Amino acid sequence: MFEDVNVGDYLPELVKYPDNRQLVMYAGASQDFVAIHYDLNVAKEAGHPNVIIHGALKSAWLGELVTGWIGPEGRLLELDVSYRAIDFPGDTATCVGKVIDARIEDGVGLVEIEIGLRNPEGAISTPGRALASLPTRSAT
Amino acid sequence: MTTSVSPDDTVISEELRSFIDLESNAVTYEIERHAVERFACAIGDTNPFYTNKKFAESSSYGGLIAPPTFFRSLLPGDYPLPYPEPFAHILDGGSKYRYNEPVRVGDQITVVRKITDLFEKDGRMGTMLFKISEISYTNQEGRLVATQTTTTITYGTGAKDSGVGNH
Repeated sequence: MFEDVNVGDYLPELVKYPDNRQLVMYAGASQDFVAIHYDLNVAKEAGHPNVIIHGALKSAWLGELVTGWIGPEGRLLELDVSYRAIDFPGDTATCVGKVIDARIEDGVGLVEIEIGLRNPEGAISTPGRALASLPTRSAT
Repeated sequence: MTTSVSPDDTVISEELRSFIDLESNAVTYEIERHAVERFACAIGDTNPFYTNKKFAESSSYGGLIAPPTFFRSLLPGDYPLPYPEPFAHILDGGSKYRYNEPVRVGDQITVVRKITDLFEKDGRMGTMLFKISEISYTNQEGRLVATQTTTTITYGTGAKDSGVGNH
């Protein structure tokens, strides 16, 4: 419920353990066959030390972070993700989120969330934001 | 640090610039249950709204839906002319999704992409071309269900990576 959310609340962290197999699965499922995600030689030619995780796979995890938290009655309205740094299979990826605004607009409870993917060094490689609606007690 | 590129050195030719606002050929996809299942499995999202028909039918959605980034699998069509990509390597810069309603299994989703901006910067990898594209997703009833705005970065010479030019 919207009324149960407070600005400053943290979302439960979502931890992912990506491996090469998952990158290949994602390449097939998303039709993204850019070779830096599965061919080490091509990744090195492009300047990377290893194959890199698809940015869009990281945004899928951040989407899961938010949709899991808002639950079946919530609706994801906006998802913005920026791939500032690359991430690698074998590294733990932790999706984090924090409520930065909660407001009612036209009778709809809206929650804005700062989201990000934290790498093993503790840096946010992939910052973003999401906007979601949540049911309100007054509306039920 | 990045600096902007002087007009004399630009890779943004008149031909490349002519692609701004040009719409890709529309492609319509039927949202197929097993494609959604495969996608949910690949991203590792076990939410039953994507895979459990009975559960989804009894929910507020009334049926199976697709994950929010499932749109990535609905590739836009080609532009009417071949896109003259000047670089060999590609990086995804990010995406901004706006959702009006969920995509349901069985929907027919029409995808159209257009480039809204092209600019370049000098960085660690040399000159990098930034391409901003807007992709629209419209359902079988003509309603715009979502948009995705993407930033695609290309750079470097040599053998072109597969998929460069498709994103």
